[in-house]
Amino acid sequence: MVTVNKKDSSKVTPQVTPLNDCPDWTFELLEQYQTEIARVAKHYRLDTYTNQIEVITAEQMMDAYAGVGMPIGYNHWTFGKKFIQTEQTYKRGQMGLAYEIVINSSPCISYLMEENTMPMQALVIAHACYGHNSFFKGNYLFKSWTDASSIIDYLLFAKNYIAECENKHGIDEVEATLDACHALMNHGVDRYKRPQKISLDEELKRQEEREKYLQSQVNMLWRTVPNTNKDNNDDNEHKYKFPSEPQENILYFIEKNAPLLKPWQREIVRIVRKISQYFYPQKQTQVMNEGWACFWHYTILNHLYDEGLVTDKFMLEFLHSHTNVVAQQEYNSKYYSGINPYALGFNMFIDIRRICEHPTEEDKEFFPEIAGSNWLDTLHFAMENFKDESFISQYLSPKLIRDFKLFHIHDDEKNNYVEIGAIHNEQGYKKIRHKLSDQYNLSNLEVNIQIIDANIDGDRSLTLRYIPHNGIELGDSKDEVLKHLHYLWQFDVKIVQEKQEGEDKVIAQCSDKTKAK
Amino acid sequence: MSNFIDRRLNSKNKSTINRQRFLRRYKNQIKKSVSDAISKRGVTDINSGENIVIPSKDLSEPVFHQGSGGIRDKVHPGNDQFITGDHIAKPPAQQSQKSGQGDASNSGEGEDEFTFSISKEEYLNLLFEDLELPNLEKNQLDKLIEYKTVRSGFCAEGVASNIDIVKSLQRSIARRIAMTSSKRKQLKEYQQALANLQQDKHDHISEERELKKLIKTLEEKIAKIPFIDTFDLRFRNFAKQAIPTSKAVMFCLMDVSGSMDQATKEIAKRFYILLYLFLSRTYKNIDVIYIRHHTQAKEVDEHEFFYSQETGGTIASSALELMNDIIIERYNDNQWNIYGAQASDGDNWADDSPHCKSLLINEILPKTRYFSYIEITQRAHQTLWQEYQQVMENNSNFAIEHIKEIADIYPVFRELFKKNTKNAA
Repeated sequence: MVTVNKKDSSKVTPQVTPLNDCPDWTFELLEQYQTEIARVAKHYRLDTYTNQIEVITAEQMMDAYAGVGMPIGYNHWTFGKKFIQTEQTYKRGQMGLAYEIVINSSPCISYLMEENTMPMQALVIAHACYGHNSFFKGNYLFKSWTDASSIIDYLLFAKNYIAECENKHGIDEVEATLDACHALMNHGVDRYKRPQKISLDEELKRQEEREKYLQSQVNMLWRTVPNTNKDNNDDNEHKYKFPSEPQENILYFIEKNAPLLKPWQREIVRIVRKISQYFYPQKQTQVMNEGWACFWHYTILNHLYDEGLVTDKFMLEFLHSHTNVVAQQEYNSKYYSGINPYALGFNMFIDIRRICEHPTEEDKEFFPEIAGSNWLDTLHFAMENFKDESFISQYLSPKLIRDFKLFHIHDDEKNNYVEIGAIHNEQGYKKIRHKLSDQYNLSNLEVNIQIIDANIDGDRSLTLRYIPHNGIELGDSKDEVLKHLHYLWQFDVKIVQEKQEGEDKVIAQCSDKTKAK
Repeated sequence: MSNFIDRRLNSKNKSTINRQRFLRRYKNQIKKSVSDAISKRGVTDINSGENIVIPSKDLSEPVFHQGSGGIRDKVHPGNDQFITGDHIAKPPAQQSQKSGQGDASNSGEGEDEFTFSISKEEYLNLLFEDLELPNLEKNQLDKLIEYKTVRSGFCAEGVASNIDIVKSLQRSIARRIAMTSSKRKQLKEYQQALANLQQDKHDHISEERELKKLIKTLEEKIAKIPFIDTFDLRFRNFAKQAIPTSKAVMFCLMDVSGSMDQATKEIAKRFYILLYLFLSRTYKNIDVIYIRHHTQAKEVDEHEFFYSQETGGTIASSALELMNDIIIERYNDNQWNIYGAQASDGDNWADDSPHCKSLLINEILPKTRYFSYIEITQRAHQTLWQEYQQVMENNSNFAIEHIKEIADIYPVFRELFKKNTKNAA
């Protein structure tokens, strides 16, 4: 049974007994596999948080789905809706549940499904507990923007705080505030300024102080003793501009400056903002994160196979699942739904290893620094220092473009046709790489909308500016979202957009009057 | 370092609160969906929950997102035919497409629906929310009919067969301990003294004899305490408990004369379903009797009741008479909670209406818990309605309502049962 490759036989004793490969798992068996996987992971220098591996049932998995990746969530109807949706699609068989969910926390919590067979559990342990886990610990975005050790405590704080608010102020008001915050959640993120670390002790200690302090700041700003000197000014032009620079973090601006919010509402705005910030790096690294995890479950389990620790039967089941996960449908398949991040990420890491170990002439031209270098060093460097956008523009190789047969479609509204901009040939590589990288650039995908003016000495109205990317209009939901913003700001709000003539034009607004309609 | 934790036994309903929040928020839409769903059910089919459909636009959580237009660049995999610079015509603009098929897809167009199930309990709660069941129950408890013998503790007197041996012996032990304790204490003292004397080096013959005599009398006295006394005996006690009967019978009376069309019958059917659902919340077993009538009344099964065609004139009293006969024959009003629901389009042979009134007042209403009459018509009321109005004035368990179209049913149903509670209160 045990056929050990010649080159590996020096490392291991020939009489290795393979681990039990029966489909039913037991905790002892999980422990054994885990120990072996941990050993191999260490061999490849994967640095991880302590693993906390929790075995759960399908129903609990659906609960976990509904919590959108938060192990402890505050109560809100939207999570109920997600649960019902998941339950429905799962029951009808339209969707299988994920094999695992992993939380960026320290210790790193991974959920394994009870239904998984032993080979699946081993795959999941290698994938989540060593792949994702090391990514969370090593990638620069996670390192600098999230604090894994305090997130659980913070979520607990948030849950309790919101429950307490419901007791004090009623479910309806809390719900309305949360609805409004959720509508603006994507605009509660600091993109350039590193946020402070969040910790439970500090939060609790400073929360009350902050309430008072914040309110006093707001009161300062909105002190409404009319200054008679200014009265003869033109209505449209107030004396000094506030905020002095456009603000992209709308929730932050609301938390600090909304005139009539109650202190507890400011705290809720803050909670939603913090949670949004916590998830932001995950949005930016989907391809890399999944690719990294897939690369490692593939590499680790193959390593175990080479050592003779797992059997052929085990490998066949593992490869079956693995192939499903990293499959890429082509554009004309009826199952096609865009590029599969697992497939792209996995193949890119495999490709980087190939470039290091067996570079071709082409690789040497495209990747002079890494062709022929130590693959493990290069891979770790890539994982630590990039996000999807920069990772693709740095490492997508011509070979991979050919393998995926990538092509670029340019669609201009003015034309009644779409144009093929580039295909997988010599002239197209760089353009495709550039366009694919843009496709993962969140600032192209998310709406660029900023607060440009709060009329603090006039009617207190709030003005936002939408800056279109490539001439794409703001979606229809803008009026609805504006109602939510109005709920928080409580005075007129409007969005303007610069038109070609250079004039600002109001594209949406919400005031007390329009709301009444 | 890794830890395994088995969470499988943890509660799995982490999302219950959130689910309730969801139901709470969409109560109005869900309620609408629930009342829409009634028409699709058989009268006695209440064992399932219900699928709730909510248009997903009501559920959406808006966020800013990019709209249409502008320049878009997209990379796709699997190129099999394109070369750089190819032009591909766009599919015709969406507007023209829509107008082309506007009529055909009017109902389903563009509007995704969010469907999910609620449990039977949730369904019934929503359906009967704020209908005053408690008063109805009070009303129902007025007439108690069945008795059940239940154990109720112990008593000092009873027949021999009901002696509770354990309880009796427990008391016997207690009594014996209580009655002999001072004597035993003394006996112990004497025995101690005797033992001391016997150990003494000197003889105390007379004192010993004295002590032995005392001990003997004490032992005799203790032995004389009876092992069991009538005072100890305890008997199992039984009491008669009145239990409200959980049996109910529901009479569905319907006019099937030529003037009743299928749509009118459907309206009546919904009303019966509602009544059945409502009753099933209170009673465990419900019989449903279907009586249809034109000039003659006949007891039929559900299918025939709703779907068979009949023509002819209308004599409503025939159905009431049949109902009365069936009650007398099969449903003793001491054992059954009797409900009646009559539906008609109001047509009746004019001379018959006073007869209906007297039948109701003298025969049926005294036996029934509640009798409701709904008139489904677009026209003016006729004699039957007028006579019934008089009945309603004097009887709290009788109600009439007028239904014009299908949408009226649910409000009218609520009205009927609200009215009842007001009168009862």
